[in-house]
Amino acid sequence: MTRAAWPAAAVVLALVPLGLSRYVTTTLTEILIYAIFAMSLDLLVGYTGLVSLGHAAFFGIAAYTVGLLSAHGATALALTLPAGVAAGAAAALLVGVFALRAAGVYFLMLTLAFAQMAFAVAHQWAGVTGGTNGLAGIARPAVPGLDLGPPVPFYYLVFILFVAAAWLLRRIAASPFGAALVGIRENEARMRAMGFDTFRLKLGAFVIAGAAAGLSGVLFAYYNGFVSPDVLYWTSSGQVLIMVLLGGAGTLAGPALGAGVVLVLQNLASSYTARWTLILGAAFILVVLAAPRGLVGLLTGRWARSS
Amino acid sequence: MTFYVLQALNGLAYSMLLFLLAAGLSLIFGLMDVVNLAHGGFYMLGAYLGLSFVRWTGSFWVAVVLVPPLVAAGGFLLEWEFLRPLYRRTHLDQILLTFGFAFVISDVVRWLWGAEVQSLAAPPGLDRSIPMLGTLFPAYRLFVIALGGALALGLWLGLSRTRLGAIVRAGVANKEMTQAMGINIAAVFTGVFAFGTGLAGLAGVIAAPIQGVFPGVDFETLIVTLIVVVVGGLGTLTGSFWGSLLIGEAETFGKTLLPEAALVVIYLVMAAVLLVRPRGLFGGRTR
Repeated sequence: MTRAAWPAAAVVLALVPLGLSRYVTTTLTEILIYAIFAMSLDLLVGYTGLVSLGHAAFFGIAAYTVGLLSAHGATALALTLPAGVAAGAAAALLVGVFALRAAGVYFLMLTLAFAQMAFAVAHQWAGVTGGTNGLAGIARPAVPGLDLGPPVPFYYLVFILFVAAAWLLRRIAASPFGAALVGIRENEARMRAMGFDTFRLKLGAFVIAGAAAGLSGVLFAYYNGFVSPDVLYWTSSGQVLIMVLLGGAGTLAGPALGAGVVLVLQNLASSYTARWTLILGAAFILVVLAAPRGLVGLLTGRWARSS
Repeated sequence: MTFYVLQALNGLAYSMLLFLLAAGLSLIFGLMDVVNLAHGGFYMLGAYLGLSFVRWTGSFWVAVVLVPPLVAAGGFLLEWEFLRPLYRRTHLDQILLTFGFAFVISDVVRWLWGAEVQSLAAPPGLDRSIPMLGTLFPAYRLFVIALGGALALGLWLGLSRTRLGAIVRAGVANKEMTQAMGINIAAVFTGVFAFGTGLAGLAGVIAAPIQGVFPGVDFETLIVTLIVVVVGGLGTLTGSFWGSLLIGEAETFGKTLLPEAALVVIYLVMAAVLLVRPRGLFGGRTR
């Protein structure tokens, strides 16, 4: 995306709830939450070349953190938001230390394994997590002087945090640290030979991605009003990976767009036909064959892809 | 004691099914660096085709003979039409493409055969239980163990003792060099891909009387198979074999001895193996 596209998109997104229906506002809220989630994964997949199939772990752990805190009466956003983000980051640090010892498909499978373990804990430890039923009745957060309950104020909360996350992730991607991550993606052995501690760089990226996924998990818990083990299941990790790749990995704007396309397709298709999975699969095949750089690559006309 | 022996046999039957799946997936990866995420879809396709053939012809054995080539034809089509143009692109593209096909197969099967759980009876003669150790054990599971063992032996002999096997091994070791020796590597790719998916289809038919047939079995199976392949080490037949045994037994014993931890036992085993050997038990080569 070009430089002008970001501010333009931000202005449009800021004005949307004023003119459109409650349904559109709610859908857009969900899209922005998943856009943060997808952009966080893009830092790993698109920039660092680490394909994770367990990213839902950090999203889900943060969502459960909010669920548990609000079940014990803690509703202040000033408390739950940092707590959720910290939980996502801490879980990512723990998983990263182990999973980053492996590479490629092995890394992918290790992240999957850790996410499935988190799923099993949420599923089995019914006394704390509510088991299959999950944690229900999460009220929208309290901020002094403002009721975030109704769709429009809540949309603006999500919107502001989306802008902040997008800005921050773009800054990180454009920093020397981000350049080092791209270096690892292109040739890790050479980066190591040049004296970079690639393990620590990758771990840093993993923790940042976990924190950002945690942010989206916090917002999702409030958006949905309840958390169940499904948010941790591997299909959740698969869905966000699809958003990243469909939109265009390594562009940040692409995964955000991918989140929108997948969720809109899902909403539209599932209200007209039961063949939603078929449509998603076919869309996927088409993108791989016809638009190797994802939807963003298609839009900006940059076809060449380094391999 | 009897309990443990019977569970070990149950685990062995499950392991053999896993081996049929893992062998194909691992060979395909070893040769063309493609993790075929549609592998579970081909397995499910095999199971449902088997179901239909048994209903039409009344014979389980007709299904066992006809389904694998049909599923292999599907694999052939996927490789020939869609995967082939992508070999020059990144591995991610190929994985993504097979992921798209996994979704398509999953939904087409649900469309054609419905979403309810269906079952397939074991064929006549094998649909009884055999007295063993003072109790009864299903004859069909013994058949699965024998068939799986025979196929494992056959695959190993084929790969290590025949000319074709030598070509495939050469392709795994070094594609460019194999091609330079005058081998049509593209044809080998297509052949191995079709063969591997055919094995997955066979596993689907064979597994149907034990596991039942239901939508969602494709992704469940895919994940377990990936775990087996990763534990054993990608691209090695030996690894697939021992990985299947380890995961098959771990899952079977986990379910009966630690039902509350059943969901994680195989993931724990995989994590433990990968933390000690990041390339799996037999995956020594660097990639």
